[in-house]
Amino acid sequence: MERLVVIGNGMAGARTVEEILERGGGEHFAITMFGDEPYGNYNRIMLSNVLAGVEDEAGIFLNDLTWYADNNITLHAGRRITRIDKHAKRVYADDGTGTPYDKLIIATGSRAFVPPIPGIHRPGRGYHQGVFPFRTLDDTRNMIRYAREHERAVVIGGGLLGLEAARGLQNHLSHVTLVHADGHLMNTQLDAQAGAILQCSVEKLGIEVVTSAITTEILGKHSVTGVKLKDGRTIPCDVVVVAAGIRANSHVAETSGLVVERGIVVDDQMRCQDEPDIYAVGECAQHRGETYGLVAPLWDQARVLADHITGKDPDAAYHGSRVATKLKVAGVDVAAMGLKEPERDDDETLVFSEPKKGVYKSVIIRGGRLVGATLVGDVKKVAFLMQAFDRGLALPEERAELMFDLGGPPLEVSAAELADDAQVCNCNGVTKGTIAACVHDGCKTVSGVMDKTRAGKGCGTCKGLVTQIVEWAAGGAVEEDPKASWYVPGVPMPKPELMAAIRQYELTSVSAVFAKLAPGGEEDAKSKMGLASLLKMMWGDEYVDERDARFINDRVHANIQRDGTFSVVPQMKGGVTTPAQLKRIAEVAEKHAVPMVKLTGGQRIDLLGIPKENLPKIWADLDMPSGWAYGKSFRTVKTCVGSDFCRFGVGDSTALGIAIEERYQGIEGPGKMKLAVTGCPRNCAEAYVKDLGVVAIDGGKWEIYVGGAAGAHVRKGDLLATVDSPDEVITLAGRFLQYYRENGNWLERTYAFVPRIGIERIREIVVEDTDGIAGDLDAAMDSSVAAYRDPWKERSAPVTPGQFRTSLPLTVLPQVPVREGAS
Amino acid sequence: MRLGPVDEIPLGEGRAYAVGGEMVAVFRLRDGSLRAVSAVCPHAGGPLADGQIDNKVVICPLHLNVFDLTTGCSTTGQPALTVYVVHVDDDGHLVVSPRVPSEV
Repeated sequence: MERLVVIGNGMAGARTVEEILERGGGEHFAITMFGDEPYGNYNRIMLSNVLAGVEDEAGIFLNDLTWYADNNITLHAGRRITRIDKHAKRVYADDGTGTPYDKLIIATGSRAFVPPIPGIHRPGRGYHQGVFPFRTLDDTRNMIRYAREHERAVVIGGGLLGLEAARGLQNHLSHVTLVHADGHLMNTQLDAQAGAILQCSVEKLGIEVVTSAITTEILGKHSVTGVKLKDGRTIPCDVVVVAAGIRANSHVAETSGLVVERGIVVDDQMRCQDEPDIYAVGECAQHRGETYGLVAPLWDQARVLADHITGKDPDAAYHGSRVATKLKVAGVDVAAMGLKEPERDDDETLVFSEPKKGVYKSVIIRGGRLVGATLVGDVKKVAFLMQAFDRGLALPEERAELMFDLGGPPLEVSAAELADDAQVCNCNGVTKGTIAACVHDGCKTVSGVMDKTRAGKGCGTCKGLVTQIVEWAAGGAVEEDPKASWYVPGVPMPKPELMAAIRQYELTSVSAVFAKLAPGGEEDAKSKMGLASLLKMMWGDEYVDERDARFINDRVHANIQRDGTFSVVPQMKGGVTTPAQLKRIAEVAEKHAVPMVKLTGGQRIDLLGIPKENLPKIWADLDMPSGWAYGKSFRTVKTCVGSDFCRFGVGDSTALGIAIEERYQGIEGPGKMKLAVTGCPRNCAEAYVKDLGVVAIDGGKWEIYVGGAAGAHVRKGDLLATVDSPDEVITLAGRFLQYYRENGNWLERTYAFVPRIGIERIREIVVEDTDGIAGDLDAAMDSSVAAYRDPWKERSAPVTPGQFRTSLPLTVLPQVPVREGAS
Repeated sequence: MRLGPVDEIPLGEGRAYAVGGEMVAVFRLRDGSLRAVSAVCPHAGGPLADGQIDNKVVICPLHLNVFDLTTGCSTTGQPALTVYVVHVDDDGHLVVSPRVPSEV
């Protein structure tokens, strides 16, 4: 058995030993640990909680003395190592005893830095009475005992520890002043603005803060009576707590001939320079020029060290840590990671500041990746930001989403934090565990995992979280799915290339596209619908319509329901109907015993539960055109009553809505197009949240909004233009829709399309015609409009054999229950 | 069992037939060949004859589960479909018979 000696029984030393034991190191090593403090191992981070009285001492111990015994570790608590003889391979304690080692780990941590302020020490007797560093459990105990009997405290140092000390001291005495040498609090982590906001919040808690204050003297003859500042001010006090930072405890290493700079210099295996058998870990170690004072890097280091020393993974290497912290500092939530301020001219910076609420957020982006973020007062987005920072994830197009939740379900929980049985996809009931298992089974692309698990295949709002989980589960080994940029999965081309090829080879049918452009000429079921839509848009009347390329809804011009029946929605332009129309619909519903009659969100009447074979009869009896409630197409224009009847209406919204629907009815596109026209900014027709919404404003003008949504994704549309007449609305609406049809990805709704292109760019093209293509867009839309046929005319003769034949089984499957009250 | 004429099924589409007490979806692939599988999606009862196909798979129209037409196996984690043997007789009629288990 080899002899392993660990100098230091703090968080780094104990954690490293735990990691070694976990790797079976207990069988290879006889472990001896030396600790300065006469205790087992405790969580130093919690000392401020002990000071604040929210945690008692017993609660902060990590490993009590029995743990050492149980694991056959010889612990020498309260024995300080003063010298390492690296040639003889022995360490010597302050009582003169020597202990031999084969492998040595130095985990001596750090100590409080006490600046050489006159009066801080009493010659030969340690600190002046009333002066305390804040580092160990003993410091904390002494401080509490003394503070309870006194009134006023000054904390020197406005960093993390100083703030915690100040807050904790408020528990024990009535007046606390924080004196900080820099211009703002927590200057290592925060910029000036964030520091100022934090200061306000801290002051509200009753802590006085003095910044840019150099302490020049500790006053008081027998015990502390005050501190003197460089500007001459004196702050009376009877307790002084020094929290001016930490320094690596590297003295023993240095005097023993190890290489020490700011800390003990180690390589990527945590070995000390030129010393194959001596390691250093934690705050006392300096790796690639960095020393760390936080706990997360320590965990990383401990793992690498354990992997290496036990031979579990001799190639294990520590590459440094990206430091991100999230803490409650003196009662205020603070998170900081990476840069606190931009460094380069092209660094992208977002800053939000609301001092009144004590909220500050800043985000720094370089080359599309998060390189820094600061949050004060509101850390809701921290989980996402930390992950983006740590893993270099792609950031949302809408940068504001980095700081705020803009509608839709929030991405607050990071993938790692989620429980295994947490449901991620609420449409298809897929848990995190299922997604992770799929990745571990070898599926490393996001789209592949989505296909296999069906996560994200419902409303799609969880796609972001699914992506995060895949990235987390794959540990950064996510493979780009090349198909992600293709228009459809079966033809390896993005939309612009695909359209160019279709034009070049004059491919007018879906089968022709597969034959010419798909690998091996293979057709692909998943690609058919998107290609059919695209070809119809491009070729109009010349399109060779192969019915098998259509989805069932488009084959039978109705929307398939869960029981295999269909829904029938007759056209009702602008949501305006007549008594005669209503009577006819009522009669048809009665005649065919329609199980449910329902008003839709788009102001239409829906007849549900129609068997496929009855569709032609129903259409004939209705004798109304199709309302297109089933296609990836122009759906409805919702309107309010407008100026005809409404006492607030400033524009004739119904007339315009009807005119728009009349013209663009049934036009197919990459996704559904739901529109609205509303007669005044009260917005009763919900025009702000439509793919295209028109709002009448006073003075006979009309505003056109695009890219809105109020489904699974909620987004207010962007103002495209304000125009003077309904005719201009109709023209611009058509031009925008055509631009979307030609450039939108398959199934990409306008709420994603508009932000992707950018509203300014869309305005240039559609309104200002800077590209000179407005005429082409208008002409293309004109020909699509001219090619329109009402599909419900297909009722007299089926287009294909058995077009309306039932596909339902003989046995009755789960049926949608008929509600009472429905006929 | 003898069903209707093969040209009842348009190229690239499927139609449902009763075979004994079972419903069978018969598909006519664009390469001209035929496939027959159980007509009901095991996931939620979707009518597979209404699904879109290519030369390999059918996609259920309700929740887009995918099934291999030759093996019946699902690529989206659903139970497999029953596969039937289908051919056209001399009169151009479809003939469907269940696969004997040893062939599966």
